[in-house]
Amino acid sequence: MPLLDIQNLRTYFSTRGGTVKAVDDVSLQIERGDALGLAGESGCGKTTTALTIMNLLPSNAEVLSGKVFLNDVDLLTIDEETLRKEVRMKQLSMVFQGAMNALNPVFRVGDQIRQGILTHEDITKEAAWERVRELFSLVGINPDRAREYPHEFSGGMKQRVIIAMALSCNPDLIIADEPVTALDVIIQAQILELMRDLREKLGLSMIMITHDLSVIADTCNKTAIMYAGKIVERASSITIFKKPKHPYTQGLIANFPSVSGELKGFEPISGSPPNLISPPNGCRFHPRCPYAMGVCSKEEPETVELERGHFVSCHLMK
Amino acid sequence: MRSIRKFGEQYKESKLGLLGLSIFLLFVFASAFAGVLAPYPIGPTQGDRNYILKPPSSKYLLGTDELGRDMLSMILYGGKVSLTIGILATLITAIIGTLVGVTAGYFGGKTEEILMRFTDVFLVIPGLPLMIVLASLLGATFWNMILVIGIQGWTGTARVLRAQVLSLKEKLFIESARSIGASDTRIIIKHIIPNVLPLIVAQMVLRIGSSILSASSLSFLGLGDPTHMSWGMTLHYAFSVGSLFSNFYWYLIPPGVCITLVVLSFTFIGYALDQIVNPRIRER
Amino acid sequence: MSSDEIILKVRNLRKWFPVRTGILEDLFSRDEKKFVKAVDGISFDIKKRQIYGLAGESGCGKTTTGRVILRLLEPTSGEVQLGDQDVFSLTKGELNEFRKSAQIIFQDPYESLNPRMSIFDFVSEPLVVHNIGNEEERVTNALKTVELIPPEEFFYRYPHELSGGQRQRVAIARAMILNPKFIVADEPVSMLDVSIRSSILKLMFKLRDEMGISYLYITHDLATTRQVCDKIAIMYLGKFVEEAETEELLSNPLHPYTQALVSAVPIPDPTARKSKVTISGEIPSPIDLPPGCRFRPRCPHAKEICSKEEPDLVEVVSNHRVACHVRV
Repeated sequence: MPLLDIQNLRTYFSTRGGTVKAVDDVSLQIERGDALGLAGESGCGKTTTALTIMNLLPSNAEVLSGKVFLNDVDLLTIDEETLRKEVRMKQLSMVFQGAMNALNPVFRVGDQIRQGILTHEDITKEAAWERVRELFSLVGINPDRAREYPHEFSGGMKQRVIIAMALSCNPDLIIADEPVTALDVIIQAQILELMRDLREKLGLSMIMITHDLSVIADTCNKTAIMYAGKIVERASSITIFKKPKHPYTQGLIANFPSVSGELKGFEPISGSPPNLISPPNGCRFHPRCPYAMGVCSKEEPETVELERGHFVSCHLMK
Repeated sequence: MRSIRKFGEQYKESKLGLLGLSIFLLFVFASAFAGVLAPYPIGPTQGDRNYILKPPSSKYLLGTDELGRDMLSMILYGGKVSLTIGILATLITAIIGTLVGVTAGYFGGKTEEILMRFTDVFLVIPGLPLMIVLASLLGATFWNMILVIGIQGWTGTARVLRAQVLSLKEKLFIESARSIGASDTRIIIKHIIPNVLPLIVAQMVLRIGSSILSASSLSFLGLGDPTHMSWGMTLHYAFSVGSLFSNFYWYLIPPGVCITLVVLSFTFIGYALDQIVNPRIRER
Repeated sequence: MSSDEIILKVRNLRKWFPVRTGILEDLFSRDEKKFVKAVDGISFDIKKRQIYGLAGESGCGKTTTGRVILRLLEPTSGEVQLGDQDVFSLTKGELNEFRKSAQIIFQDPYESLNPRMSIFDFVSEPLVVHNIGNEEERVTNALKTVELIPPEEFFYRYPHELSGGQRQRVAIARAMILNPKFIVADEPVSMLDVSIRSSILKLMFKLRDEMGISYLYITHDLATTRQVCDKIAIMYLGKFVEEAETEELLSNPLHPYTQALVSAVPIPDPTARKSKVTISGEIPSPIDLPPGCRFRPRCPHAKEICSKEEPDLVEVVSNHRVACHVRV
């Protein structure tokens, strides 16, 4: 039974310009130990999906339908109190985009992490501080530095602190939103290596949200591609990168540059991502699809399981 | 232009702003058509000798003054004067403030130092006493009053604009303008000013209320132009005939209320504008 | 792809920024003035029609280099020659002429367009500044070249009505409207969506092919340089550590820093090697640099000479220069 089971999730935003269908019928499963890369361009709905899971949506958002089962409990039906005490941090943690800039500058980093632990677990302050020191070792920072303030850490180190914080109550699943985007190449590699290590050591399950396919190929065993609020394809990472079936996935992979291997040419995907207030009829990708047929502009494609674990939403699959 | 329409939509959301705008427009209308709306002329010799300092009646809706002039007509014509002084003085304030603020912010260095210290000097000198001194020296005429009020009010605008220009000049599109060879003058006129214009307008609106108040204060103190009867001048004469002690309420209340309402209306408008223009208050 | 004519020569370029301290420190401190040596002595050539990549991590000086070459920042010392013009000794009037032949495309298409200027005014501004007439025709052609079609539809639109990719095309139209010889492209696609990047890069190639433009392509993304650049130079703390033709540099990096960079870049292929960390630590502050090679504190192969002498950038293999005493 999957650790996380998202079924037919719909989250819409009401804005001055209309209703934005940010997440429109999204389904995903994560087994224990999986690292799922949720890839897509800006505005495709990946961050909104994460915020829906955590129930951290802004006030103008509404979850219209769907279920989010974590350890067999539908998170969308729990009250805020239980969610805060029992779920967040203890079962599920999130590393937000730019989280390293969200550390409170007037508190020591160790205190900030300890605060989170004490809120969720009934242990003494000293025991919690010991845990903080252990966490620092785990993420590769000298434990004595827990007494320092955020401004004394560099960008990469701050990101490690944030990861330590996310791990502090031993969650089953971590959602990381663009965890390495703002970092330099070498620091990025250090953090990615850390995340791979943690997965191995702790059996951690992970959802990594990013637009950077190379980061996903590097760390995730499964990949889901989102476009305009929908998941167009998901499968093991090897399948997605080597045998992509959806035209959008194919376009992305074909154009994603690499420092080694075959030199890729330029076959850009024409057009640009659609407006989510009035997305195209039928398949949302059809205006940009080189293989679009008549039915594509009329009917939304169903999700077909091509082979075990490989799901595609495209009329071509029939 | 589409941005004016968007601005209009945002403005409509502010109830205070709409209230202020309505009051202001009412006064503008009344002043513009004073000639038509006023029942009686208000020349110093055109008063009705038989109705001196009479309370409101069916003939003179708001009573009369010591020269027999109709108060309602006085208020209508007075509005024209007060509003004109307020707007013109504010224009002067805006021009000086913009020149100083933009130049200081854009050029920086010694220029900025000198200009900002100059601004500080003006900031330190209290407004009303300065105006009183200048008005006494220059003579109390309609145009002098506009000048005097304009000269003391520009410091706030200058400071706000300088701050805005300081952050604006670091923007990439300014560097882009330099990269194609645009001169400083061109950059200021075509790139900086259009982007600070909303702030200038917002500043101006806030200052009109204050200018009208200053004009009224000066007139009340006797430094106004007797040939141009403003609300302040009316109050001045009201006091000089002892309205407070003799309870000539119809002489005191109308000009006072008008000044208050107009200044209030500008405060409301300014508040609504601030909500729209100030990037920190705006949510979007 | 590129001819042999050299259009840009840079020699010993330096840009130092004084470190600002408070007034009291300035008055009472006896230490010599400190500088951030952002660019500290680089020399290279760019040929006609060549796309020359300048790559490195944040703080290495690549962005500053681009600005100084165009004199958007005044240099501390060094020489830059564009064609036969000595860029740093140009008078104000001559500098204006120079701006016609050397342009820049910025990284952020959301900030580099004036939000209150129509597209037409923005693209035609270079023409207005240099008093070149025929605006409508030239702007139409420029917009057609950057594939904003039909051009007339874009004339009276404003930046906020356009997507990131479209804005960047507008920025390119403005940069090329004066027929420059040389364009500095400062991370031109890093803020664009992945599916749009290729089309913008393709556009840059088109301009190179049709108009003979050379580029200095500044980036932190080594994978993109492979698609775009003919030659790459790697910068670290203000100096070049290695320079070679793209394929050669990426497949045979000789400097330990380049090696570290190349092995750290993740590859979009789950079956390929994972990104590897071969050096430790982080980029140090560029203010108090240790003597000798700047990379020595992090270098796994450092020897004694490395802490005494700064290595020169020398050609070790044909067309492949490295600044390293050890040269693995």
